[in-house]
Amino acid sequence: MKELHSVVCIKPVPDQRFWDKISLDPKTQTLRRAGIPVALGPLDLNALEEALRIKESRGGKVTVVSMGPPGTEEILEWAIVLGADEAVLLSDRAFAGADTLATAYVLASGIKKLGDVDLVFLGNESLDGSTGQVGPQVAEFLGMSHLTHITKIDLTGDNKLEAKFRIEFGSIDVEVKTPVVIAVDKEINEPRLANIWGAVWAQERKINCWSINDVEVDRDKLGLSGSPTQVAGVTTIELKRKGEMLTGEPADIARQLVKKLQTDKVLPEA
Amino acid sequence: MKEGKGVWVFIEQRGGKVSEVGLELLGIGRELAGKVNEKLEAVLFGYQTGSMVDELGAYGADTVYVADDPLLEVYNSDAYAVLMQELIEQYKPGMMIVGASNIGSDLAPRVAAKVNTGLSAHCIGFDVDEHGKLLGKVPGFGGAVMADIICPEDYPQMATARPGFFQKLERVEGRKADVVKVEVKLRQEDINIKVLGTSKEELTARPVESADVVVAGGFGIGGEENWKLVEELADALNGSVGATRPPCDEGWADLESQMIGQSGKTVRPSLYIGLGVSGAVHHLVGIQDSKVIVAINKDSKAPIFEAADYGIAADFRQIVPSLIEELKSITG
Repeated sequence: MKELHSVVCIKPVPDQRFWDKISLDPKTQTLRRAGIPVALGPLDLNALEEALRIKESRGGKVTVVSMGPPGTEEILEWAIVLGADEAVLLSDRAFAGADTLATAYVLASGIKKLGDVDLVFLGNESLDGSTGQVGPQVAEFLGMSHLTHITKIDLTGDNKLEAKFRIEFGSIDVEVKTPVVIAVDKEINEPRLANIWGAVWAQERKINCWSINDVEVDRDKLGLSGSPTQVAGVTTIELKRKGEMLTGEPADIARQLVKKLQTDKVLPEA
Repeated sequence: MKEGKGVWVFIEQRGGKVSEVGLELLGIGRELAGKVNEKLEAVLFGYQTGSMVDELGAYGADTVYVADDPLLEVYNSDAYAVLMQELIEQYKPGMMIVGASNIGSDLAPRVAAKVNTGLSAHCIGFDVDEHGKLLGKVPGFGGAVMADIICPEDYPQMATARPGFFQKLERVEGRKADVVKVEVKLRQEDINIKVLGTSKEELTARPVESADVVVAGGFGIGGEENWKLVEELADALNGSVGATRPPCDEGWADLESQMIGQSGKTVRPSLYIGLGVSGAVHHLVGIQDSKVIVAINKDSKAPIFEAADYGIAADFRQIVPSLIEELKSITG
């Protein structure tokens, strides 16, 4: 059987434990994220795990790719500790401020440079942006098919696989020819934990940092200026509501409440 | 594309039935079409679509673009994305809204990349600015901030919309849309993805994040023996059970599937009822998109009352049984 080269796209996200430290800069309308530690998102670990299992069962290798500012290396190092063979960080000022389309464009340029790739894995959505858009868009730039919300993969031949696409209250089973981009759900596997050998393995590996000069890209499609979407404004959310207090005996309160909820059309009429 | 006209909505269908989110999109689409004074146009891909097309007219579409082919019976990203690209390039819509269901979230970004335009993800509200541009409202970072996303230069201006956030229009029997039949030249041999089959899950309890009614318990529930009241009220409302952090730490509720808040689930039900929930901001940001919030807490100073539509400052153990009794009269 053919050995497979899997690429896993991972994204540095602000560590969830520090989200309440993120504030909004009222002048620039951007989020103040400086000093917030980055972490590997939980679904990125599922994506990496799936690629590692395929490598273990079929042979081949796993390359992790990320786009981010300097400092992102640490999440790539972690992916190597867990078992990835190679890591690429796409980092350049010109990439900054990218929306999903401009991000996907840069990731795809890095993956193209890697040469023959059979499978590209991603987490179905990142922890912070949660758009789930990058996978299908990377696939478009690579000219591959894409699958998202995948909870199961079976390699059924050298150039094809079967997968389960989770939809609301059900699933669609598909067969797809490789190469293909696959965005995974957390049900797909249980990610491994790092072990002592990982650290030894990682010492022999290095992280490749690629800038704009290392990949073939059209400058007009990069970063903030190459992003078709923009943030027109950001507001903090007002949590206040009308706060109408209901009083009386329990049975009386229950009657009042049900009546009001019917008027608001959130409960059916009798 | 540098220009476009018309508000398009993608109509998802499963098993030959128009999905609820498709009808909701016709509702918000009608509002946007009114603001920019353009037509509301629905796009439907499927097989044996006749009765579905009639439904779309009844729910407000001016035009229905329909592609009817066995290849389109079940969603297939290869087929749907290619066909949608052809349609967009031919008819040049100004806006295109797709439901943020799993199928819609799979399709929309691929189409946006194909036609090289911007896509605002998972919007919970829409508006049009003074230049007639679409503004998609997107909550970020657990919901503490809301961003207006705009696509200033490219067309169509695309967005995905969260299911359950928009009202469908009143059904008008006999209201007809103009129908444009789309030719499907694509064959299974031309694409890489082949649908093998579908399966449907029979769910006993809906996941809390997609439930239409959520009853959540907080630390004020006081103990495992009282937790069943939370569950009984949820049952009476045919809803799902959620929790704040402490009940999960105490083991009364499940952290993974039931915790609501900044580091847990975000819920968007029509009705949220908090029992013994004090109202920490971490929890409130996870429930703020609920249509109606009801709080029952014996501490009349609990912050949740300010964030609620209706508040009851009383012991939930007295209120819940009465409420369940009262609900029986409407559910029968």
